[in-house]
Amino acid sequence: MLKYFASRLLTFIPTFIGVTLISFAFIRLLPGDPIIVMAGERGMSPERHAELTAQFGFDQPMYIQFWNYLTGVLHGDLGNSFVTKKPVWDEFFALFPATLELSICAMIFAVALGLPAGVIAAVNRGKFFDRTLMSTALIGYSMPIFWWALLLIIVFSGILKWTPVSGRIDLIYYFPNASGFMIYDALMSGQSGALWSAIRHLILPTIVLGTIPLAVIARQTRSAMLEVLGEDYIRTARAKGMSPARVNAVHALRNALIPVITVIGLSVGTLLAGAILTETIFSWPGIGKWMVDSIFRRDYPVVQGGLLLIAVMVMIVNLTVDVLYGIINPKIRKR
Amino acid sequence: MSLLRIRNLSVEFSTSTGMFRAVDSVDQDVASGEILAIVGESGSGKSVSMLALMGLLPWTAKVTADELSFNGHDLLTMNAKDRRKIIGKDLAMIFQEPMSSLNPCFTVGWQIKEALRKHLGMGRAERHKRAIELFEQVGIPAPEKRLSSFPHQLSGGMNQRVMIAMAIACKPKLLIADEPTTALDVTIQAQILDLLTSLREESGMGLVLITHDMGVVAETAHRVSVQYAGQKIEERPVRDLFRAPHHPYSDALLRALPERATEKRLPTIPGVVPGQFDRPAGCLFSPRCQFANDHCRSVPPAPLGADLGYARCHYPLNTDQRIAS
Repeated sequence: MLKYFASRLLTFIPTFIGVTLISFAFIRLLPGDPIIVMAGERGMSPERHAELTAQFGFDQPMYIQFWNYLTGVLHGDLGNSFVTKKPVWDEFFALFPATLELSICAMIFAVALGLPAGVIAAVNRGKFFDRTLMSTALIGYSMPIFWWALLLIIVFSGILKWTPVSGRIDLIYYFPNASGFMIYDALMSGQSGALWSAIRHLILPTIVLGTIPLAVIARQTRSAMLEVLGEDYIRTARAKGMSPARVNAVHALRNALIPVITVIGLSVGTLLAGAILTETIFSWPGIGKWMVDSIFRRDYPVVQGGLLLIAVMVMIVNLTVDVLYGIINPKIRKR
Repeated sequence: MSLLRIRNLSVEFSTSTGMFRAVDSVDQDVASGEILAIVGESGSGKSVSMLALMGLLPWTAKVTADELSFNGHDLLTMNAKDRRKIIGKDLAMIFQEPMSSLNPCFTVGWQIKEALRKHLGMGRAERHKRAIELFEQVGIPAPEKRLSSFPHQLSGGMNQRVMIAMAIACKPKLLIADEPTTALDVTIQAQILDLLTSLREESGMGLVLITHDMGVVAETAHRVSVQYAGQKIEERPVRDLFRAPHHPYSDALLRALPERATEKRLPTIPGVVPGQFDRPAGCLFSPRCQFANDHCRSVPPAPLGADLGYARCHYPLNTDQRIAS
């Protein structure tokens, strides 16, 4: 198992270098000069422009710029934001807990509903529940996320007034945001109602962000279960006199989990990186919104550093998925 | 009284093009301690009839029978929950492909102990002890170590031993072995068969051996039931069948054995078992039978008497009796 883990870890190195290069090149491929964007509408003199270009090192050849960036990254220095002048590292980790909190909740929502739904659909293949569930899943998968979000806001916030429209907590509560995770901080603050307020703010964004993963997981679980249920070892389990519930939940599900874990892992990656729409609609102060803003500002260090950190997060998730494969099905460890 | 008694068992599968009859009014009896071999080509319904007995067929299968009783229980009227108390305990089955018949996600020890907990309600330590005992019994070396192996870490022969250990874990009264040696090397085949027969001798359980290997039948079985296209076409004590088969199909099967070949070319049975769309009107074997005449091709033969091995044939071989003219 340790050897398996180490071999997986080694694949980090080329991926890391590749991501560094791509994130560095990607932002520079976009038209637009960061110095001019910084100057804003007032503009600046050509002398000042040349001075600033030299100061940020943009006058140097591309490979030297990359080398400087790479050495910086390897020393743990992602540079400072052009706009806020604060280190990218600090900004990222100030905003990341908000995204992580939302992503975790969305994933729990998607897995907790999607997994059992997929299993039940597979076991009742072709029956009413299966058909209803699968068409619902298709709708959920195809629905534009911003439209779905607005719809939920109209119904639950507008008409029913059950949930707040946006933000992470009601403004009447104030406590130091020590961990960055609102639910945890609200709980620790000891203020009555704070936790409930934080949870209420999470409900709609969680549903919106979790809808697509939920649909994907339900469909994937169903098809994986259908495949596994036809296997010989399922017949063996039944020949041992095991109840259908045990055969489905223990013997079949564990084998069906491999493809399901794969889509869960992929979903986590997209959630971490791409909660942009959800974060924008619900004014959720996470990294999705931060990245988009930075691209418009041509804030090179933020974009390349942010991309790199997100990529590392996704790599960690993938590593976890690989390790989980090995735990669920020991046969995979041998490959 | 026989341990297993099957009367007029039929299994039909609903397919997109109509019903397909995989097993056609089969009678079968097995006594305690007896080895019954069911032989036939692929598609002759030999596995399906036993899977029907175990209740392991998919929901597309429709099982009908006049009688389906095992050890005094009427399996026809029994509900699924009560049936599961018998399946895996008194009535056990092992399958053709040991590699794919074991769950790759669990250790072989876990898979054995699961049955022990379900049927015998043993505690953890007791289960462990019994599992080691079973592994020793089926000849798995270093049982304590092997218990924590996963199926992919063991060879096919070892996995089949695990399957057998699992099947005999609760001391079944009847063990059904569905082509237990087909997927194994020839040298391992003999070992597994020896193991099965010796286990039967020790425990006195009945054994149903489903196979298409006449050599296996000759070496191990007491009684043979030959199936063809879902029907039982002859049933005899093994020695009688090998000496003088009554049904032309049994005869053809025996002639196709390399050990018995007298000519330079090995005799074969031309054609294949009829399927859903090419079922003949008369005797099901008539299109492939070298003795068939128009009578055979138009009138389906009913089973003959016990003295002729219930052979479904108008013109049985190796007998003085004139049945049809």
